[in-house]
Amino acid sequence: MKILIRNGRIIDPQHYIDEKLDILIHGNRIEKIDKHIRPKGNDIQVIDASHHIIAPGLIDIHAHLREPGFEYKETIKTGTMAAVKGGYTSIVCMANTDPVNDNKSITEHIIKQAKAEGLCRVFPCGAISKGLKGEELAEIGEMFSAGIIAISDDGKSVKNADLLKKALEYALLFNIPLISHCEDENLAQGYVHEGHASLFSGLDTIPSIAEEVVVKRDITIAQYVGAPIHLTHISTAGSVEAIAMAKKKYKKITCDTCPHYFTLTDEATLTFDTNTKVNPPLRSKHDLESIKEGLKNNTIDIIATDHAPHDLTSKDVEFNLASWGISGIETAFSLSLRLVHEGVLTLNELLKKFTVNPAKLLKLPYGHLAPEGIADLIVFNPDIEWVVNKDAFLSKGKNTPFHGWKLKGKNLLTIVNGRIVYRDPAI
Amino acid sequence: MMKWNRKDLLGIQELSREEILFILDTAESFKEISRREIKKVPTLRGKTVITLFYEPSTRTRTSFEIAAKRLSADTINISANTSSYVKGETLKDTAKNLESMRPDAIVIRHSMPGAPHMLSKIVDASVINGGDGTHEHPTQALLDLYTIREKKGTIDGLKVVIIGDISHSRVARSNIFSLTKFNTEIVCSGPPTMIPPHLEDLGVRVEYDINRAIKDADVIMMLRIQKERGGISYIPSIKEYSTIYGLKKEHVEKAKKDVIIMHPGPMNRGIEITDEVADGPYSVILDQVENGVAVRMAILFLLIGGET
Repeated sequence: MKILIRNGRIIDPQHYIDEKLDILIHGNRIEKIDKHIRPKGNDIQVIDASHHIIAPGLIDIHAHLREPGFEYKETIKTGTMAAVKGGYTSIVCMANTDPVNDNKSITEHIIKQAKAEGLCRVFPCGAISKGLKGEELAEIGEMFSAGIIAISDDGKSVKNADLLKKALEYALLFNIPLISHCEDENLAQGYVHEGHASLFSGLDTIPSIAEEVVVKRDITIAQYVGAPIHLTHISTAGSVEAIAMAKKKYKKITCDTCPHYFTLTDEATLTFDTNTKVNPPLRSKHDLESIKEGLKNNTIDIIATDHAPHDLTSKDVEFNLASWGISGIETAFSLSLRLVHEGVLTLNELLKKFTVNPAKLLKLPYGHLAPEGIADLIVFNPDIEWVVNKDAFLSKGKNTPFHGWKLKGKNLLTIVNGRIVYRDPAI
Repeated sequence: MMKWNRKDLLGIQELSREEILFILDTAESFKEISRREIKKVPTLRGKTVITLFYEPSTRTRTSFEIAAKRLSADTINISANTSSYVKGETLKDTAKNLESMRPDAIVIRHSMPGAPHMLSKIVDASVINGGDGTHEHPTQALLDLYTIREKKGTIDGLKVVIIGDISHSRVARSNIFSLTKFNTEIVCSGPPTMIPPHLEDLGVRVEYDINRAIKDADVIMMLRIQKERGGISYIPSIKEYSTIYGLKKEHVEKAKKDVIIMHPGPMNRGIEITDEVADGPYSVILDQVENGVAVRMAILFLLIGGET
């Protein structure tokens, strides 16, 4: 069985391809990328991709799949269903499950579940510290053997600078990145950005420096150790500035942001809609502009989702009590295409941040299209308009502040390992 | 005459100057009822008002209850320690249960900003914000404004000084929102740790020095030091706060001769205000309490007194 996708505009940032070509998939691999492929045989599924774009499958380095422990919020099955709908073929799941992914048996469990029920590739991220407590190192080596591709205590910062130093040192042994959630616990006692909107809402605040002091600390430690560091969900102008400065002197720094940080500001919290409660919090207009600028000048390498699905009850409470996060994996790419429509990034530049750059960070052989390469790819249309409907989410988490938004650009087809795992009626 | 068409009173922010004046004018016609021998009119007969208090309160709840009763409404009080809140029922479920009993208005006080807004989305009853965390306390601001207008004859042209923990005060927020809709000069004073950054964006001036802040003031509003909100960690000690920001007679002398001094209560005597000032000739603190009943009668009337 072969799949022929015809007449699509192929964009592959890694190989500098941007032209109308056909792509032939055989088994789990790409057999050929060429003009007017006319394969012989009749066991061929032909997909017409005229007017559409063919790109490498997207890679999300930051998602919460909630399994094990919080299956009422999301499972590996529903999370990957949502992921492939959003255009993702590889995703990294964070360690803050219950039990925490801080040992190889949990890592093995996740990988086994993903093999059995997952629709895309799932790469577990192991905890830095046992139980995410920030006290002692988790068994990183054993988890690495079981299949983790990064370490992170995401959800919390590693408060103890000495432990972070040791984790960075220890990770050198396995050559895997440390993904840092930057937040000073003492400064981050509130629920929303400290700024204009909080003057009106009276909600307790998290100033931008809560992120920035830890960004700077973590860079300092990584540079001292000589280890790579990845700073995740960057949200402030000060962080972007600090990272841009640091990158000039030290090359092993990478970072990501999430669509909500370049789409919404703290003004969105004024309605007390708990779907706008996210950590780090939605920042000011100035921060939003800096994030866009950082994406444009490549200070920010990657766009991640921080997909954080929740059950209804966790959000249907007072703002202070509501759980943090946005169920974002089904809207991330479409929201990011706004950057292209606004002229902030070219399609090629945007796709880099979803494919080549995350693949490079995680040393994955995906994120590009090449003959003989693994067939992980998507077909999308940047101009199709659609309305976000949380009730149509495949994710169990319906917690989105974008419900009812009209977006331009949509993923239509997702192929993982040569298999069609998602197909929109429009193609 | 202006027509009132809001279902709820959630905050001052969203009210126009005209709406505020309309409430004050309505309150004026109700004030006299409380001074009658028979303090009751049938205006809200057959209406049910629930006061749902998740935070302790004496003044506000009593004031609402008296206001409702003087208008002949039936009142039911629910407080957190007697409600199923302590048994773990969510606000949403409590709201749905209350709604099933068909109240006409629910006055809610809650420690968390936005709780009244959440309630208003669930229930058909009119929701009145009786104070939500550090967000708003609209009826307090309205009774303060009423008292200012009563004592000064006007609101426009006045210099109003608000002193204390501005960051954590819903009274300060609501008063700033109301006063900025008038032509007033508003000065906020307090320890820098208790003044939120960029407060000036709200149209006020910040003056840390209490003496400079008070100079030529027409109105001084003292805020309560909120011990229950962990206010202590913002200042070295209550004693030091009292030394620097406690309102004393010598401060008052720097204000205009006919200054009025306000406090939302309950007062921490000897901390944010000395006895001498609290009980002195400029104090209108008890007038505020009296006016509170009239203002709350007006609000209940406007929200649920119309044609049914």
